[in-house]
Amino acid sequence: MKGETDLVTTVTTTGALSFDGIGMTFPDGTEALRNITFSIDKGEFITVVGPSGCGKSTLLRIASGLLDPTAGSVEVDRERLGYVFQDATLLPWRTVRQNIELLAELHGFDSAERTRLSTAAIELVGLTGFENHYPKSLSGGMKMRTSLARTLTLKPPVFLFDEPFGAVDEMTREHLNEETQRLFQSEGFAGLFITHSISEAVFMSTKVYVMSARPGRIIAGFDVPFSYPRQPELRFNPDFAQLSGEVSLALRGS
Amino acid sequence: MTVSPDLIRPAPEGSASDLPPAEEALVHTPGPLPGASRPKSLVRVAVPPVVLGAALLGFWYVISYVILEPSRRFLLQPPHKVVEVGFLEWDNYSRILKALWNSTQVALIGLGIAITIGFFLATMMSQAKMIERAVFPFAVTLQAIPILAIVPMIGFWFGYGTTARVIVCIIISLFPIIMNTLFGLQSAERGMHDLFTLHQANRLTRLRKLMFPAALPAVFAGLRISAGLAVIGAIVGDFFFGQGEAGIGQLLRRYASQLDGEELLTSVIMSSALGVVTFWTFGWIQKLVIGKWHETEVLG
Repeated sequence: MKGETDLVTTVTTTGALSFDGIGMTFPDGTEALRNITFSIDKGEFITVVGPSGCGKSTLLRIASGLLDPTAGSVEVDRERLGYVFQDATLLPWRTVRQNIELLAELHGFDSAERTRLSTAAIELVGLTGFENHYPKSLSGGMKMRTSLARTLTLKPPVFLFDEPFGAVDEMTREHLNEETQRLFQSEGFAGLFITHSISEAVFMSTKVYVMSARPGRIIAGFDVPFSYPRQPELRFNPDFAQLSGEVSLALRGS
Repeated sequence: MTVSPDLIRPAPEGSASDLPPAEEALVHTPGPLPGASRPKSLVRVAVPPVVLGAALLGFWYVISYVILEPSRRFLLQPPHKVVEVGFLEWDNYSRILKALWNSTQVALIGLGIAITIGFFLATMMSQAKMIERAVFPFAVTLQAIPILAIVPMIGFWFGYGTTARVIVCIIISLFPIIMNTLFGLQSAERGMHDLFTLHQANRLTRLRKLMFPAALPAVFAGLRISAGLAVIGAIVGDFFFGQGEAGIGQLLRRYASQLDGEELLTSVIMSSALGVVTFWTFGWIQKLVIGKWHETEVLG
């Protein structure tokens, strides 16, 4: 059923997104990451859990090219990379629809195409009826949905999530987790998700990696065997609890 | 996502719990109805300033009639005399309005030029740290210059006409525009910049779609300050520069030297009104442009 994978130490440089020996030391001497090597294929959803400040977010910034690593290399197609930030980062002067169309706009899609893409994305995340609202009148969860929809318009083959549901309440987070795994199923992207919530990690992912405290290293990996689509009740399944417990133990040992 | 009204109704207090549910709801309707509360709050808002205004008018009468002997009453004519002579004699009032309009035009031209220069400089400063470092000390110096100290020099260089008046307006209103615009341009969050970086937005796109809109609230804050300063600049400039079409400054000067107290006070009141109207106008434009998405503070 479950068990630690041997990927942790194996160098793999194929896949939609591959990290090969990534190390990051900041100019002030802080070593954030050490020798991170793993890859994500299409159809995989990998979550990295780790204590606060272990360099999880740094890993995503490196994956996206916002930050250059001081060691190792990344392989990924950055042309249509999806990146959902911790904050929804919506532009307050744009309506929900205009926000969702932003990326398509930046990539030079024409107006008809933008409308088509945004309409589809709005439907996917269940924001129909809120197209003309401004961000100031949205709840935290709806802001995050808008942010998700904005990224979905690009149909990214690789989707990076930087702890996107950390600021919303527990119930909203669970809903968003269910929707994210549904989107993962329907859109077929390769997902890399960063969080410090174990249940969120286990619920959505095909694989969970545990990162150590700084400098961040991958110290354990778990395959998550549950089939998709996963139902909310999965959270009460003994196997789910068992696996979450193991991840938790690995995290404590970090 | 909607909350049923039952959930937000406050829990009934113990003494009321024996009432049937419907009456209970009536008893505990939170707050007065909006329609009923409106006139009451209007009274609350309107009464204090009216009372204070009446008190000030009374004080004015006391000075005019009790403190000043009849021979010195020209120093502060009572309010009704000011209204009679300054506002109701059309010759006087139309002269004041004409001068005020001339000064308004000077202020608007000066403000327009200051906005153009200020936007340009702030945009340049936002694009290169080097330019910001170079311009910043001079912008601060400009702000620190006592305007009255350089007014004679402006006249000396640019003559004593409209050009000199406009230049005073520009100098006095430029600083808040530069600083507020720059602050606004730099106010977009890092995450938003990351988003634009990720999607390969060029400098111009970033400026147009991110930095300019993000700057708008601060820009309007600066505009309101600068518009008020431009009005002051127009009056100060006009006070010193007599050539060309006379503005309200010249008129103030003339009325003061001729001891025309009523006209002088009327001019002062109208100048103040111009300042207030300018401030309101820019507040109104702000609300129109960014009110939909930005929490604009309510202006008096």
